[in-house]
Amino acid sequence: MKPTMRQSYEHAMAPGLTAASPRHLARYLIWGLTALVMAVAPLIFSSGFAITLLSQMGIMIIFALSYNMLLGQSGMLSFGHAVYSGMGAFIAVHVLNQVGAGALWFPVSLLPLVGGLGGAFFGILFGYVTTRKAGTTFAMITLGIGEMVFASSLMFPDFFGGEGGISTNRVVGNAVLGITYGPGRQVYYLIALWCLLSMVAMYAWTQTPLGRIANAVRDNAERAEFVGYNTQRVRYLVVILSAFFAGISGGLSVINFEIVSAENVGAVHSGSVLLATFIGGGGFFFGPVIGAVVFVLFAVALSSLTQAWLLYLGLFFVLMVMFVPGGVSSLLMKQVPLLARRKLGRMLPSYSVALGAGVVLLAALILTVELTYKLQIDSDNGTGMTLVGFAFDAASFKPWAVAVALWLAGALAWRAAVARVHQAWDAVQAEMAGGGV
Amino acid sequence: MTAALELSELTKNFGQTEIIRGVNLSIPKGERHALIGPNGAGKSTTFNLISGRCAPSSGSVKLNGVEIGGLKPFVINRMGLSRSFQITNIFHRLSVFENLRCAVLWSLGYKYSFWHRLAKLHDARQRAEEVLELIGLQRRSETQASLLTYAEQRALEIGITIAGGAEVILLDEPTAGMSRSESDQAVELIRNVTVGKTLVMVEHDMGVVFGLADRISVLVYGEVIATDTPEAIRNNSKVKEAYLGASLDESSTEGAH
Repeated sequence: MKPTMRQSYEHAMAPGLTAASPRHLARYLIWGLTALVMAVAPLIFSSGFAITLLSQMGIMIIFALSYNMLLGQSGMLSFGHAVYSGMGAFIAVHVLNQVGAGALWFPVSLLPLVGGLGGAFFGILFGYVTTRKAGTTFAMITLGIGEMVFASSLMFPDFFGGEGGISTNRVVGNAVLGITYGPGRQVYYLIALWCLLSMVAMYAWTQTPLGRIANAVRDNAERAEFVGYNTQRVRYLVVILSAFFAGISGGLSVINFEIVSAENVGAVHSGSVLLATFIGGGGFFFGPVIGAVVFVLFAVALSSLTQAWLLYLGLFFVLMVMFVPGGVSSLLMKQVPLLARRKLGRMLPSYSVALGAGVVLLAALILTVELTYKLQIDSDNGTGMTLVGFAFDAASFKPWAVAVALWLAGALAWRAAVARVHQAWDAVQAEMAGGGV
Repeated sequence: MTAALELSELTKNFGQTEIIRGVNLSIPKGERHALIGPNGAGKSTTFNLISGRCAPSSGSVKLNGVEIGGLKPFVINRMGLSRSFQITNIFHRLSVFENLRCAVLWSLGYKYSFWHRLAKLHDARQRAEEVLELIGLQRRSETQASLLTYAEQRALEIGITIAGGAEVILLDEPTAGMSRSESDQAVELIRNVTVGKTLVMVEHDMGVVFGLADRISVLVYGEVIATDTPEAIRNNSKVKEAYLGASLDESSTEGAH
């Protein structure tokens, strides 16, 4: 997984060296490592909850990467991407139910492909309309199509299952090699395999003529027209391909949750993938992977800990957009030149001060939010509460005083830390620019 | 022999305003032709009509005898006409090399392919590298286009324009905003990359115009008032009048060395 914006590195090497060059080696290493992490993760985090979490991460990674084919690679801001994953999921769930009823023979392992083809079909259908325009107009049309599909999900209860959605059973047909997809772990490995395949395919796409021209259209659509490309056709093809991968994620969600409802095509789901992609950052291929992992941690892990998870996610999103518009991946990639020149160590002291200050601010935020939630929403059950082992009364003076103290201390520490980080950063940059090769 | 480019009775109105008022122009293959005229004469609009950026109100534009008036820019480009822009128009987040590779992909027949790997397309790389060398940006190959200097961006602009191998090249003020030495280099570059091709350029710098052009057309208020060799244009009384005499003489002598 390499930065997508400057992918021309393969050009830098002599034509003769291909297979054995260090760049290729690094690429195989990264993919190998990714596969290894995916294979080993459920052995380390083996609780049922962890497997659920990992499965949802896998699905979200595919979904977010497919979204970034539009946003990061081609400059198309879509507000209706859930239409493709959702419609893919509905097609897949009907096929699975037909298999369950014995009307059809089809291996469950290949069900995501059905979802993908379903997604691509609706990409062909709706993409024809949305991609006629670019920019804001494109965004508005996708919003409209999203609302239209969501509205029609209640109009066609046979296909969409009305308000209850359509449920299914993934354990159908004969077990192949003992794989029934009953246990969550088997489902996880199916998701992991499809996730890896989709990641490789989507990365490979960024290295094709269409992938590069999509970047060109993102940068300057007019100029692309003057080097022979119909930009409308480029956008249309990208939407279809992206819808295919979105559909795969939809097909996997059918197997994972065994239910599909109108929510799957809804605006909230479309918003989620936008959030995840932004948080991770669309500028680098692996950005949405990070975004998907963070998003699922918020939406699944944090939501089981606190009612206020959506507030935390919203705050996190706003802070990212304001201060790190390139997402987590851009923050990481900024460290790479430092790492390459062994200067990262110089930054670590100031980074750790900033981290400490951040933790204090986070504690202040959590305390304030949880106290407020307790008093405003949950006061019927009394105002006593516990937070990380401390028991206290939310209506009393003391916890609020602690919160104020944390805010003050955190803010002061943060100011000092930011100044230190800037100072260290400038010093290191000056050293690197000053011929310290 | 059919002309490489032929405009006849070409007009363009924006609302009630007539910008181009019946332009007639015939440019034979292999000629270096300059389009000059005072500001607002309609030079850039003429380019936009030829290249498909906007459609003519009436009249015809023929490329090698085939009507192209009102066609889409990408269709015209595929027929062998390529243009540059007055305001630099490049793929700013891509590297210099990728800018050029994007510009050659269609002409090599890769179209919208998502089944070829770029790394394996040796012809595309080779062609992009050739152009890179022509425009003298080999050492900036991996630099993001937005980080280039102004003169380098102008060179890249020309590189993107010629990379696809079009036979008819339209350059819109290629030396605008350049210093004298940069502009001299640009003229050399233009001379090199348009060997054997038909070139039409809009240019304000008379040194560049008289140094490069085989023939010159003078556009005033949307009409071509004269088309002739540089020598004849210099002595044309109508042209002198349009330019109020002085400036043309001064700059032409400056450009004559």
